[in-house]
Amino acid sequence: MKFETRTVAPALVLDELRQLKTDGYNVLVDLTAVDYSLYGRCRGRMGWEENFPAGAPQPRPHRFEVVYRLAGIDPAAGLESRARLEVRVPYDDGAVLLSVMSIWPNADWLEREVWDMFGIRFEDRPDIKRLLLYESFQGHPLRKDYPLKRRQPLIGPESGELPGSPSFNIVRQEIPFE
Amino acid sequence: MTHKKSYFLNMGPAHPAMHGVIRLVLELDGERILNTEVEIGYLHRAFEKHTETETWSNAVPYTDRLNYVSPLINNSAFCCAVETVAGVSIPERVRYLRVIASEISRVADHLTCVGASAMELGAFTVFLYLMEGREYLYQLIDCLCGARVTTDYARLGGVKGDLPEGFAERFRAVAPKIRKVVADSEALLNRNRIFLDRVEGVGVISQADALAYGITGPFLRSTGVAYDVRRAHPYLVYDRLDFEVPVGTRGDNLDRYLVRLAEIEQSLRIVEQCFAQMPEGPVALSPWEMKDAFTFEDMGKAGSTALLPRCLAKTCRTLDGSGRDKAAGVRADEPALVLPSKEEVYGSIEGLMNQFEAVMWSWGMRVPAGEAYHAVEGGNGELGFHVVSDGSDRAYRVRCRPPCLFIMAALPQMLNGGYVADVVATFGSVNMIAGELDR
Repeated sequence: MKFETRTVAPALVLDELRQLKTDGYNVLVDLTAVDYSLYGRCRGRMGWEENFPAGAPQPRPHRFEVVYRLAGIDPAAGLESRARLEVRVPYDDGAVLLSVMSIWPNADWLEREVWDMFGIRFEDRPDIKRLLLYESFQGHPLRKDYPLKRRQPLIGPESGELPGSPSFNIVRQEIPFE
Repeated sequence: MTHKKSYFLNMGPAHPAMHGVIRLVLELDGERILNTEVEIGYLHRAFEKHTETETWSNAVPYTDRLNYVSPLINNSAFCCAVETVAGVSIPERVRYLRVIASEISRVADHLTCVGASAMELGAFTVFLYLMEGREYLYQLIDCLCGARVTTDYARLGGVKGDLPEGFAERFRAVAPKIRKVVADSEALLNRNRIFLDRVEGVGVISQADALAYGITGPFLRSTGVAYDVRRAHPYLVYDRLDFEVPVGTRGDNLDRYLVRLAEIEQSLRIVEQCFAQMPEGPVALSPWEMKDAFTFEDMGKAGSTALLPRCLAKTCRTLDGSGRDKAAGVRADEPALVLPSKEEVYGSIEGLMNQFEAVMWSWGMRVPAGEAYHAVEGGNGELGFHVVSDGSDRAYRVRCRPPCLFIMAALPQMLNGGYVADVVATFGSVNMIAGELDR
């Protein structure tokens, strides 16, 4: 699948993507991240020396890259009116990345998944909680420094702790009686 | 003015009308839904983390478990993505074989979805009819790759094996049966008052909302957008095949049901065309260079050992010597990346060496450093794999873009404001596959 790639600084993401949306990229196809912290480093990911017969690739200057994948689908023709675009955002722990939930509503779940798996926090959005894992899970498993066989502490009534946070967030509301 | 309190209803994670483990928290006012919260992740199996720890070819079976209703599509999607990174071009026949497998799988997927959602609305007969149709397809898949559900048919650079003897005839015998069960189901449902009242105008999503949520596949097409990855980004051989993209108009449960049934017919047509177009036999393919066994031996004695891994000895490979040529045509000409066929492994020392080199940890099968995103049209929409390789023998990162995650994210849109009884109808039409949703 052909696509163009563009790199955008984390501080400019929201403005840039809003501009792209008005330019016709109306669908956020995917939002994910890649942890490049061990990319091209011979010290092994699996705990032993990696073997790169063709030479190790260049390490990346930033730890993460957040990938926004955009498409411009023309509803009338059913085809894509422009080439797909991959927006890459270099990110290091501590940088501020604004949420794009206001542009595409599906960014809600995707950002929650990226937070869940990589610990990349999106600012200026409500309710960032884990999507696939449970709230008391410790660590972010798709980070390269998360050990494969790490054990998680026991949760639930067996552990003797009361559940800390409610498992869902719908705010109970008063309904006027008709 | 008096006030009354809304109350909560917890559906799932283990509810008889839920196709997978998923939890819906509904805030209700009487029977009307005010708010919905979807909680997913009960079937999280760390697919993406697993693929980083296994060799490239070992990751293929994991993809079976993503969308376990149409695993063949996942297999070929993942393999296509890795081949894009590796820059391997696969033989022509493999392209057709993957399309045939994918389309058979798509029919099975749609039959399951329509059958299960009809059953939840009381049409148990339809469910049995469609499951009968799916059984015929499972038998086809079984004779194609030896398994009914966890198929693992596509291999990097090829497929497991060629079509078995008489596969086209078997398919031609099955296709009318599928058409018949579909026609029977349409006769039972399309003008059925009970069914129509439950699905017509229920679970509506507008075209703008569907696009904003990134929904693709039959779900988007039911809103009138004729978007199909097979049409917009033709992969494999879809640009040579003639098929229509059925669309709906209203984006409700009825349209999704009609679009899925119409797609079954198109998929059957595609498979027929593949049989007609497919290059015959291994003649048109690029098997490894075949040399007589004595030539091979002479090459070794003459010191040209560098050539040996790229050649195959023409000897009796298996105990009975059959099946050897069939597998030679369905692999790309890349001994460094492609697993040799089992006939070669068990029948020749070179095949055995290739196999060992390919599977030994931190030694075998290499994909050059690079990244690619490859998307295919899955049963539910765009199924994409973003693959990152750092040049070692395992994936650096694999991201699966699951199509039903996007539909599930939009589920509150469709449910809110409706009745609690419609949850089951709408949820059935989503065709949520927990294995793919939670990965």
